[in-house]
Amino acid sequence: MIPELGHFALILALAVALVQALIPGMGLLRRRADWMAVAKPAALLQFILVLAAYGILTYSFIIHDFSVLYVANTSNSELPLIYRLSGVWGAHEGSLLLWVLILSSWTAILALFSKHYPIDMGAGVISVLGFISIGFLLFSLFTSNPFIRHFPAPIDGADLNPLLQDPVMAIHPPMLYMGYVGFAVPFAFAIVALVQGKLDAAWARWVRPWALTAWVCLTGGITLGSWWAYYELGWGGWWFWDPVENASFMPWLTGTALIHSLAVTEKRHALRNWTVLLAIISFSLSLLGTFLVRSGVLTSVHAFASDPTRGVFILAFLGLVVGISLSLFAFRAWQLRTLTPFSLISREMALLANSVLLLITMLTVLLGTLYPLILEALGGGKISVGPPYFSRVFIPLMIPVVFLVAVGSLLRWREDHLIKVIKQLRTPAVLSVVFASVLLLLLPGKVSFVAWFALLLTFWVINSCFVQLQQRLRHSQSLMQGLRRTPRGWYGMILAHVGLGFTVAGIALSSVYSQEQDVHMVKGDARILGEYRFELVGVERITGPNYQADMGTIRIDKNGKELMTLHPEKRIYNVRKNIMTEAAIHSNLMRDLYVSLGEQRNINTGAWSVRLYYKPFILWIWLGGFVMVLGGLLAVTDKRYRLQVKQEKIKLDTHHVTAS
Amino acid sequence: MTPKQKQRFILVSLLVVGLGAGIGLVLMALNENINLFFTPSQVVAGEVPPNQRFRIGGMVTENSVEKLDGELTVLFKLNDSVEEVQLKYAGILPDLFREGQGIVAEGKLNEDGVFMADQVLAKHDENYMPPEVVHALKASGGDYYDNEKTE
Repeated sequence: MIPELGHFALILALAVALVQALIPGMGLLRRRADWMAVAKPAALLQFILVLAAYGILTYSFIIHDFSVLYVANTSNSELPLIYRLSGVWGAHEGSLLLWVLILSSWTAILALFSKHYPIDMGAGVISVLGFISIGFLLFSLFTSNPFIRHFPAPIDGADLNPLLQDPVMAIHPPMLYMGYVGFAVPFAFAIVALVQGKLDAAWARWVRPWALTAWVCLTGGITLGSWWAYYELGWGGWWFWDPVENASFMPWLTGTALIHSLAVTEKRHALRNWTVLLAIISFSLSLLGTFLVRSGVLTSVHAFASDPTRGVFILAFLGLVVGISLSLFAFRAWQLRTLTPFSLISREMALLANSVLLLITMLTVLLGTLYPLILEALGGGKISVGPPYFSRVFIPLMIPVVFLVAVGSLLRWREDHLIKVIKQLRTPAVLSVVFASVLLLLLPGKVSFVAWFALLLTFWVINSCFVQLQQRLRHSQSLMQGLRRTPRGWYGMILAHVGLGFTVAGIALSSVYSQEQDVHMVKGDARILGEYRFELVGVERITGPNYQADMGTIRIDKNGKELMTLHPEKRIYNVRKNIMTEAAIHSNLMRDLYVSLGEQRNINTGAWSVRLYYKPFILWIWLGGFVMVLGGLLAVTDKRYRLQVKQEKIKLDTHHVTAS
Repeated sequence: MTPKQKQRFILVSLLVVGLGAGIGLVLMALNENINLFFTPSQVVAGEVPPNQRFRIGGMVTENSVEKLDGELTVLFKLNDSVEEVQLKYAGILPDLFREGQGIVAEGKLNEDGVFMADQVLAKHDENYMPPEVVHALKASGGDYYDNEKTE
């Protein structure tokens, strides 16, 4: 009975979504304030209904209701409570419900804030979000209903994939989805601006916090996912250019372009078309990502087994969204054109150049991801595009982007002088060369140009941040006063740029200086990597709560002194009989030591294949990601957004009273 | 030129230069990093150009896995129920590597017709078949369930 209530709530949610989409939408076109007023209650009601459905599915997980097919397939009576809660999004049907829940939550939050926007803007945005919700509710109800029953109920469930039984994996999907779905809000704002044919500075100010929030979630989700892959998949890789990783990375690239282009639109009223286009592209890529993951067209660790109708449905929905929004853009974009000129040497130009580069980078990733699929669909045979393709294209495109990050934020709006900029950047440039060279000489291992160049870029970005700080404080009477007067958004920007520098350094240093050995070891064997000596002390059988494991003991010495012992495991989970490699890792800011067990090679000699890694500075990759998230959060909470929105409201409401 | 025209000119040239660089990089990188996929039947029939890296997919033949002692080298055979190819791999096999399991390997053929794999992929759970492997089995006309039963 209870699961049926969940199903019913989902159907009601669809009915409410129809109301939420159609009535305020018509109200916007017909200029009827009473119709537009439906938007807020409808959005809140839809949220409550979806939340109810989601709550009921969670309840079925908690009480082990294995008569629900989805629960039976993804849970087990031995599964701990925390993983039963996260197991709700552990497979396709539930994760789609989570998608809908997050969409309706964003819409509800927007509805609660809607008094800060003019009534027509708020109603229009909620209406567009309603249309998106209709699409996903239909998808859920017709192709992936999580409440389908299965009689007779199995005695026990098939268990959650052990790979997903991990705290980071429990929060990675919701973070990523919050990012994906978050881009629906800037998209909806863009659509309304196109429909109304007007877009002012206030519009950009309304959209910025939403775009930033989505970007923060996506950045966090990608960083967590990469970190998880590193320690949980057991083989020490942190980015594979897997199609599904690319699916989350592409909206990140255009989303990054979007938040920067929005800054130009707000401050200088320029690049409006470009901003709108980026908003449309970012959300379309989020939908494409959903399609790639959910349609089963890909071979990937993320692709759940699924049937083709799902793929067709999302593809049709994607076609509809992209088709409608791009045609709207084609017909209406000219109305948003601006006549705000800026010169070649200006902050606008630097931001524009970087966002163009990010868009081009996205296109190359898109090509590499879709090329095999398209070729196969056209009967051109089966191919795969290897990770070297992506690195070969991505790195050269990113070098100018990172270079411009430092220059762009120093330039003045509208027009600046090349000589002045060169003068400003002379000191940081010299210092970057000095720092990079000194650090490189201090590092163990051979001197590498790649590592030097990456360090150069990192210091270039960080040093330019100091120059900016110095410029900011130039006119203030005291240091404290200057720091206090500086808005949070500015600190957010600096922090995010510094985070980017960390990530660049982490990627380059870890890939240049990593040492890796796959070895055949018997008890007592030792290998040397860098300054470290790894010795296999033994392997023993242990029993965990829901698995059996072979646990290795590996002693690591440095300069003849014992440093630590690591215990990698090879687990076999009781229910699904999955084999899992649990790597043992010791991390600090200088280096990671990483050990994982391959397989037992010979029962008689007790020989094992073992992977040994020494990875310097790899932690900085994710550290940089989290620093970027922190920067984004600071920028979102800048009080400027709240203050300005209120002022706009008063101004525009009076305008509307007179208009009606 | 009016400022507006100038701005548009700059924008367009930026796009053209950027796209040009992007396309150039893409073409260069694609050329070197595309791996074609072949089935064991195609490999035996000699359809693979010499000295080319490619991917091969199929089922690991029962009782064909041989682990050399004292080193990491593993020898095994891949079949598509019609033909069989010998593979050699020196490295750690994925957890899901098993006889009778569908896998994909990447590498090159040596002079003796042995596929020297430098990467072996076996993702997912035990019931999962990489689409390439399903394709290989279908293409060769064999049915892998029958194949499994007869062995």
